[in-house]
Amino acid sequence: MKKLEYRELTALTPGWLTAVGALGAVILAALGAVWYMEHNGHWVTGMTNQVVWGVPHVFAVFLIVAASGALNVASIGSVFGREPYQPLGRLSALLAIALLAGGLGAIVLDLGRPDRLDVAMTHYNFKSIFAWNVILYNGFFAIVGVYLWTMIDWRMKTYYKPAALGAFTWRLIMTTGTGSIFGFLVAREGYSSAVMAPLFIAMSFAFGLAIFILVLMGLYAASGRKVSSDLIRMKGRLLGLFCAANLYFVAVQHLTALYWAERTGIETFILFGGNIYTFLFWCVQVLLGALLPMALVYQKATTRGMVRMASILVILGGLAQVYVIIIGGQAYPLTLFPGMEVSSAFMDGQVAAYAPSLPEVVLGLGGIAIAVLVTVVGATFLRILPSSLAHGDEAEVEVLEAATHIDAEPAPAE
Amino acid sequence: MSHDTSRRELLKGAAAVVTLAPGLTLIAAEAGARAPGTAASPANRWGLLIDTTKCDEGCTACVDACKAEMGLGGHDRPLTDAQYIRKVTVTDPKSGHTHSLPVMCQHCANPPCVDVCPTGASMKRADGIVLVDRHICIGCRYCMMACPYKARSFAHEDQSGQKEHNPRGKGCVEACTLCAHRVDAGGQPACVEACAATGNAAMLFGDLNDPSSEIARRVAREATTRIRADLGVDPAVRYQGI
Amino acid sequence: MKGLVLSALMGIAALAAVLVGPGPAAAGDLSPAIPQAKGTQCVEDTQVMRRNHMDFLKHQRDDTLRKGIRGAKHSLKDCVTCHVQTGTDGHPIPVNAEGQFCQSCHSYAAVSIDCFQCHATVPGAAKSASAR
Ligand code: HEC
Ligand code: HEC
Ligand code: HEC
Repeated sequence: MKKLEYRELTALTPGWLTAVGALGAVILAALGAVWYMEHNGHWVTGMTNQVVWGVPHVFAVFLIVAASGALNVASIGSVFGREPYQPLGRLSALLAIALLAGGLGAIVLDLGRPDRLDVAMTHYNFKSIFAWNVILYNGFFAIVGVYLWTMIDWRMKTYYKPAALGAFTWRLIMTTGTGSIFGFLVAREGYSSAVMAPLFIAMSFAFGLAIFILVLMGLYAASGRKVSSDLIRMKGRLLGLFCAANLYFVAVQHLTALYWAERTGIETFILFGGNIYTFLFWCVQVLLGALLPMALVYQKATTRGMVRMASILVILGGLAQVYVIIIGGQAYPLTLFPGMEVSSAFMDGQVAAYAPSLPEVVLGLGGIAIAVLVTVVGATFLRILPSSLAHGDEAEVEVLEAATHIDAEPAPAE
Repeated sequence: MSHDTSRRELLKGAAAVVTLAPGLTLIAAEAGARAPGTAASPANRWGLLIDTTKCDEGCTACVDACKAEMGLGGHDRPLTDAQYIRKVTVTDPKSGHTHSLPVMCQHCANPPCVDVCPTGASMKRADGIVLVDRHICIGCRYCMMACPYKARSFAHEDQSGQKEHNPRGKGCVEACTLCAHRVDAGGQPACVEACAATGNAAMLFGDLNDPSSEIARRVAREATTRIRADLGVDPAVRYQGI
Repeated sequence: MKGLVLSALMGIAALAAVLVGPGPAAAGDLSPAIPQAKGTQCVEDTQVMRRNHMDFLKHQRDDTLRKGIRGAKHSLKDCVTCHVQTGTDGHPIPVNAEGQFCQSCHSYAAVSIDCFQCHATVPGAAKSASAR
């Protein structure tokens, strides 16, 4: 393996300031949105007693799932010993921490009582998968933090392998936990299924890698460093594979449910209901978010632009997928009396309407901004990024156009 | 009011009795008040038996009584206003047969809300009453996702005019308490009382664990069902005529 | 953000407590104008109440809500009943209002409590069969 040099991003350049300023502004706006929602109470959002989790949860779950997937690149390099991936291990781990921080930020700030976070950290009901997740998330920060340390500090080299293996195992368990938040809900026909855990793992692979590719390309373009096209193309192919895996589990999820007479109602509603969820499912999640990216990355002459496009599409598709799962699953009414028609003053038997409010969306975007900001700041103060990722001849030929502004590069999922 | 006298005798010594206002209609409960200072006991399992054939579709006496008892003012926002009990109209699409029944927290023996609650705020008292400990509820709403009966509400805004026995405030989840404050004083839930006052008397409250109680005797003798019994959550609310 | 504000307040309160010291005499200094309560005695010794009322309340709330123990000594409803003042119009004044019992020292000591977001601030509606 050739000698690698890692270099911090240069702080306080105009591009850096613009990026950090813009991200800070989004986070401030999100805090403003939180203040507005918490001050007035949740009635000013689109959330109701029927749809109790809304867009903040969509962003949060998306980011938390992606966090686990972003670690993949590091794991492939270390746990599976693939050399071309090793130089990217640090960014992979940093991004994983950053995405989790963003996701948790969004979910915590949507709590009815965010001021009681101390309660959440001191009271655990060990029968609750949610409580386990609190532990899994905290543990993820710790173990990936150590892993990152072993990659950066040569004195920690002896712990590199165990940390890598630990982080890899931990994140698989963590995503199983996230999927089980839904999988364990016995009464909700849209959720309760064991397939939720592997489905979420497949989702994490795809979302995490897509974000990783975009962040990598963005940071390198903005700092005028080089990335080889081969590397990007190789990552693109892998993304295609993950999309296929995601699609496979989606198919299993819906086919099993369709077969189950009790669940025909909700399946018909989501898949063929002609509503927003049907549209998001077929057009955004499946077509734009999986099939099109696969077509793009498996071209003979896949370009950087195509891989970037594919990554953006996977992120859009991913948000749509999480939206369909979380919101669609709640919009369909609970069945209290199977086979009967019901009505009440409390919306029994009715499909719940949900329209996201602006503050919710801003809070969700704030979660993304937190993730990107943590990444940028982390790469500024730590030696995260190799100074060049160009290979051999390409190193001479392939000069990446250095964009002057980091924001010329689309931030993930905006 | 003849019941009232016997109830007062039952309650002799309980400090609560002095706060009873004149004119209050209470129908004798089968068990007396617990002495002050004693905890709810697993020897009891409080429950309801609801005869839907006696439940009048247009009648909302139980719902109104609940709102008054628990201080659920509401803001004329049906999607976000709290609802501890609601009337559900059930129609058989094959036959067109329609009937109406009240649905509230079913006080499950294996409550999914308690299982999923991260902090332990969702809890089941020793006597089977399922409550939200709003002192440690963080407002995550996972219990609302888990409840098969849609029995819980989230306080979507600041509250005012709370009743002393039902403190409630923005950002926490709440639901029917089976009127724990009344049950502890030897009374019965406000909805049951209101239903009886209409003359329908479709609701019966009592201790399912006490074989001599009317509810236990009827449950042992007559056919009763529970909503979504298939889920295995073992609700304490039973229905007849569904 | 509310959480931050709250923790900041609690920080200040803790600081104040440290600076002033936990002694009863010092706690007395914390009470410039505390409204008079009904009756002659609190549920515990006055000094003890000044120092430990929060612990009593926290313990009581778990006992009552989680175990179902009613009619106990440290009930918040009772604090309100005894410590509420009656206004010139004959109506009770909320105990957490400006200058009222539960607010007087707290504002002095920069303690903020959320109890009265939920709990009734005047003695409860007597028309219901509420237990304590
Ligand atoms: C989110 C709403 C909420 C908040 C905030 C809240 N409580 Fe409560 N509290 C309740 C509920 C609900 C009960 C149960 C009432 C019952 O069953 O009678 C209760 C009961 C209690 C009880 C037992 C009943 C009584 O009156 O003695 C005490 C003591 C108590 N709370 C203390 C507190 C204290 C101290 C605080 C502030 C630190 C507080 N609570 C904040 C909702 C709340
Ligand atoms: C029976 C009526 C009664 C009840 C119930 C009661 N108090 Fe008191 N409380 C008093 C009286 C009277 C005093 C003043 C005693 C004195 O001056 O020595 C007092 C004093 C206090 C003080 C000290 C004030 C000072 O002057 O420094 C505190 C604090 C206090 N009470 C808190 C509480 C709390 C908290 C509760 C509920 C758990 C409560 N009280 C319940 C009657 C009551
Ligand atoms: C004698 C002054 C005084 C009075 C009167 C008083 N408090 Fe306090 N209270 C304090 C002080 C000082 C603290 C802070 C103690 C600390 O931080 O250690 C406190 C703390 C508390 C806390 C804990 C706050 C927290 O977040 O930990 C609660 C709950 C509380 N008081 C309730 C009440 C209630 C209810 C009343 C009215 C019945 C009341 N207090 C009246 C002085 C008082």
